[in-house]
Amino acid sequence: MWLTRPFNERSTQIFLLILIVAVTAVTILHLAVPEGHPLYVSGYTVGLLGKYLTYALLAVAVDLVWGYLGILSLGHGAFFAIGGYAMGMYLMRQIGDRGTYGDPILPDFMVFLNWDSLPWYWLGFDMAWFAFAMVLIAPGLLALVFGWLAFRSRVTGVYLSIITQAMTFALMLAFFRNEMGFGGNNGLTDFRELLGFDLRSEATRLGLFIASAVALALGYWLCRAIVGSKLGRVCVATRDAEARTRFLGYRVERFQLFVFVVSAMLAGVAGALYVPQVGIINPSEFDPIFSIEVVLWVALGGRASLYGAVIGAVLVNYAKTVFTGVMPDAWLFALGGLFVFVTVFLPKGVAGLLERRARRRDDADVMSEKEATA
Amino acid sequence: MSFFQSLTERDRVFDFMTPQLSKVDVRHGPILYMEDVTVSFDGFKAINNLNLTIDDGELRCIIGPNGAGKTTMMDIITGKTRPNQGSVWFGSRHNLLHMNEPDIASLGIGRKFQKPTVFEALTVFENLELAMAADKRILPTLTARMTGEIKDRIDEVLETIGLTALRHQPAGILSHGQKQWLEIGMLLMQRPRLLLVDEPVAGMTEQEMERTAELLTGLAGKQSVVVVEHDMGFVRSIARQVTVLHQGSVLAEGTMDEVSMDPNVVEVYLGADEEAA
Repeated sequence: MWLTRPFNERSTQIFLLILIVAVTAVTILHLAVPEGHPLYVSGYTVGLLGKYLTYALLAVAVDLVWGYLGILSLGHGAFFAIGGYAMGMYLMRQIGDRGTYGDPILPDFMVFLNWDSLPWYWLGFDMAWFAFAMVLIAPGLLALVFGWLAFRSRVTGVYLSIITQAMTFALMLAFFRNEMGFGGNNGLTDFRELLGFDLRSEATRLGLFIASAVALALGYWLCRAIVGSKLGRVCVATRDAEARTRFLGYRVERFQLFVFVVSAMLAGVAGALYVPQVGIINPSEFDPIFSIEVVLWVALGGRASLYGAVIGAVLVNYAKTVFTGVMPDAWLFALGGLFVFVTVFLPKGVAGLLERRARRRDDADVMSEKEATA
Repeated sequence: MSFFQSLTERDRVFDFMTPQLSKVDVRHGPILYMEDVTVSFDGFKAINNLNLTIDDGELRCIIGPNGAGKTTMMDIITGKTRPNQGSVWFGSRHNLLHMNEPDIASLGIGRKFQKPTVFEALTVFENLELAMAADKRILPTLTARMTGEIKDRIDEVLETIGLTALRHQPAGILSHGQKQWLEIGMLLMQRPRLLLVDEPVAGMTEQEMERTAELLTGLAGKQSVVVVEHDMGFVRSIARQVTVLHQGSVLAEGTMDEVSMDPNVVEVYLGADEEAA
């Protein structure tokens, strides 16, 4: 079965093992260690780690299309943000009459704008199942329409990158407008509870952190299953020689569309888990700079390895947290320096370094075997 | 010829009456039959009243100076170019002029282009796997399993093209000659009836040429093979039947010795070649 194949892969086993160990360790250090102890992990840190994990899932989604399909999407932030908005709309409806204006149905910003009823696209978001379905459907639908138009016209390479940028930029401008009904500049915030759990409690934070880890594990698993299947090999073939793949009888544009939509949905899930952890979603998530930064994470971690994307996302964001705390002005220089360093010394990213090590060890094994037989 | 004209000219049964059987009918001998084919590009006749018959299982070499129409001829057979007149039949059942490129390919005509394009990041084995005739829609591809049958088929082709030892190496590390063989192997995975091979030994070393000659002669019999080649030494080493093209039509046909004796051939092609050599 294509879905169970990753279970036999050593890299997947190691990745999942590390993830499980890390999550368990954080959970224990948060719950069992008394506050004030040097090993205590605070609720703030748990929330931060949970945010990194959602970024990691986004990076995996980008790596799936960039690393294996050769589509450099500079607009994946848009799918992330749309997933986030779907979750944000649900959380807004959960506030109920506890908002500043106390309107039982309308979110505060709508009351402020003197709207007298919910716009049609807000209907249904008071139901969790509907909102969670929209987390997948809305980014997937956007990717389907966008991808169908782009791949059908055989737009590839740098042109495709540019129009993905244009897409996320256009969406940012649209979401900035108050008339759109998504809170405009301020976005959606002031969330209270998710599925009845208080978003300000430490227990919910820990729960969201674990949920993010589970989502990352499942997303990684799904991507590995796709990449390891014959379809994954068709993707790599498309990446390297699109015309030749078409000549073999594969409808290349459909394969591209399929993987692009799956990737957009994963990005949407990442966004949906991100929003309750940071407590706000606003149009800045559509910022093209953010989408480019995601590509940087993947490049740093190592393209076309999936776990490299996770490493890159966690590493860069941890560095960002540290740097913006110590020297806020120096962060962009540090990011630029990091990128130059990786391009020059680690052209295949951190994952490339790990793989080179593994290969050297394999070679050494082979050598010693040869010596033993000789 | 328009559809309505074809209704009035009744030298054979209506097209829509002929059963669309996918099996190629070679009971009458020839697998490929081209008659009186002419193609002109802006008045220039790239192919001029060409008549050519390839028998089932035959290995045929086509030679001719540059501009003789060799590549255009291949384009006509694969459906890339439409002739202005003439008829092209595959077996005695399929009129290739009424079919499009993918249909012709799935009917069993495989073509190897001059420049080899293999998927460099994939292994030799995976290259053959992708080339195999299979359901190539998305879900069947996603859930495709490596059965013993498929493995056997790939192993068989690996054996034929002599790359068994390199099966798990990425195709990117192969030499030029090995890439050409892999490309031929990818064609064989589709179980073609007729293989069109364009300049297989360009840029190859002596040993690679010998190996290619063995490979192509080994294929003949099971498949029909048409080789277009410039290298006379190579043609001499494999060909039983040689067709010389010149200015879009057949100048001479026969064994290599026969055609090299032909005074016309000597004049337009071999003479100049021998002198140069």
